[in-house]
Amino acid sequence: MLSIEALTKRYKTGDLALKDVSFSIERGQVVGLIGPSGAGKSTLIRCINRLVEPTAGAIRLSDVDIPKLGRTQLKTMRRRIGMIYQEYALVERLTVMENVLSGRLGYVSFWRSLSRRYAQKDVDKAFGLLERVGLSDHVDKRADELSGGQRQRVGIARALEQDPELLLVDEPTASLDPKTSRQIMRLICEICREHDLPAIINIHDVMLAQMFVDRVIGLTAGEVVFDGPPAELDHAALTRIYGEEDWREMRKAADEAAQDASDAAAFKAAEEERMAGTV
Amino acid sequence: MSEVQAVSRRWRRPPVLIRNDFWRRAIYSGALLYLLLAIGTLEVDWQRAYEGLERGARFLQGFLTPDFTSRFDQIQRGMVESVTMTVCSTMVGILISVPIGLGAARNISPLPVYLVCRAIISVSRAFQEIIIAILFVAMFGFGAFAGFVTLSFATIGFLAKLLADDIEEIDPRQAEAVRGTGAGWWQVVNYGVQPQVMPRLIGLSLYRFDINFRESAVIGIVGAGGIGATLNTAMDRYDYSTASAILILIIIFVMLAEYSSGYIRKWIQ
Repeated sequence: MLSIEALTKRYKTGDLALKDVSFSIERGQVVGLIGPSGAGKSTLIRCINRLVEPTAGAIRLSDVDIPKLGRTQLKTMRRRIGMIYQEYALVERLTVMENVLSGRLGYVSFWRSLSRRYAQKDVDKAFGLLERVGLSDHVDKRADELSGGQRQRVGIARALEQDPELLLVDEPTASLDPKTSRQIMRLICEICREHDLPAIINIHDVMLAQMFVDRVIGLTAGEVVFDGPPAELDHAALTRIYGEEDWREMRKAADEAAQDASDAAAFKAAEEERMAGTV
Repeated sequence: MSEVQAVSRRWRRPPVLIRNDFWRRAIYSGALLYLLLAIGTLEVDWQRAYEGLERGARFLQGFLTPDFTSRFDQIQRGMVESVTMTVCSTMVGILISVPIGLGAARNISPLPVYLVCRAIISVSRAFQEIIIAILFVAMFGFGAFAGFVTLSFATIGFLAKLLADDIEEIDPRQAEAVRGTGAGWWQVVNYGVQPQVMPRLIGLSLYRFDINFRESAVIGIVGAGGIGATLNTAMDRYDYSTASAILILIIIFVMLAEYSSGYIRKWIQ
């Protein structure tokens, strides 16, 4: 489906962001891309739809070599690749519906998009997607009136409005609270399964990645240092990706925090009962 | 208890511009000396200034008794001409500024286009309206047409530059996301850039509208028509009462434009 061979990116400043990265992804596979900040995760997924121009290597989506495409062919290719961004990247002063319909821009002429006269099937699809992500009541609201979680749902609908063959997801949960983060991750992964859609998800939160993805790729300083199922992501693997740190302690701490939270809830419930008893 | 009272330490804000004591004093006292010497070279003819006071008083008296009626038809013609000039030149100016502004934004335009558009802006900004007006009056003759061309030209320098600067400061992520859907250049401008700069573009256009009205009163003095020409005629005739009426009308019109543009700007936010 998607295969990346010896992808290298060197920025004009001389920084080598990606070194000889190779992997391939099957239809319907959701891949979590993890690694420390500055490891090249964002660069990697932006090379795939050439928002960043790769320096060398091949990126093949259904046997089309993306780095070799001309300008017009690139636009046609981009519309087949949906992207979901960190901090949503919605056009804030446009309505929710306009943001979703902007997913069709690669398919319609400039005049059609200027006058917002989209084909009925595009509009139907947009309504259907907004229904799917739970935003049917906010169609004509401006994007900047929504909460973070709602905005990211619009971002998801916009990406799907493109009828993509591949989904690129850049830190979808970076500015969301823990609960909303899980909901958004669950939604993205469910949709990928429904449509048999392959996806690459950049993500900071290792636990969250392990919870949802089929496969994890670890990137450090532009090189792939781990590639396997989430279950194999053990202490040694995490050390290879992120460097020395007591991962077991961190997991234990996370578990304890969860335990504390439920203890606190139990304590509060008990307290309330007692108060009710004294009255 | 082993509490030791620390010796108080003095603190003063360090000098802001020049740290070195000697140079600071030398430069400041040099500047003061120059100022005194420069004032000393001014030649003031106190006799002439005293005689002028009387004229000034007549001038002010005329202004305290504005006369709207005796030259009403001339004032009316001048005002209509000025308003026409203002509206037309602002509209034409905006229409030309928008494409030039797009071209002059480095983040959306290629280098050659950028350089050409910035050059047009620089030429337009380099000359004050009066100088352009003198040129166009020489080219097109006296009257409102020269004024219209002058104001349109000046509007381009102002609006295109501020629009381009505003486009360069947009949130690039919103535009990137639109580009990522496979949108073409015009679609990126329409969906990713325009919504971000539109409120400011409208605000600037309204601001330019009242600048153009004020300028239309000034360039009339060099022959470019409008209320300025009427004002100039009144001054030449020592008809201060009519001149006063004209100035009051200009003030009222500018205030109206100011208030309504403020209201509109708030409404489009």
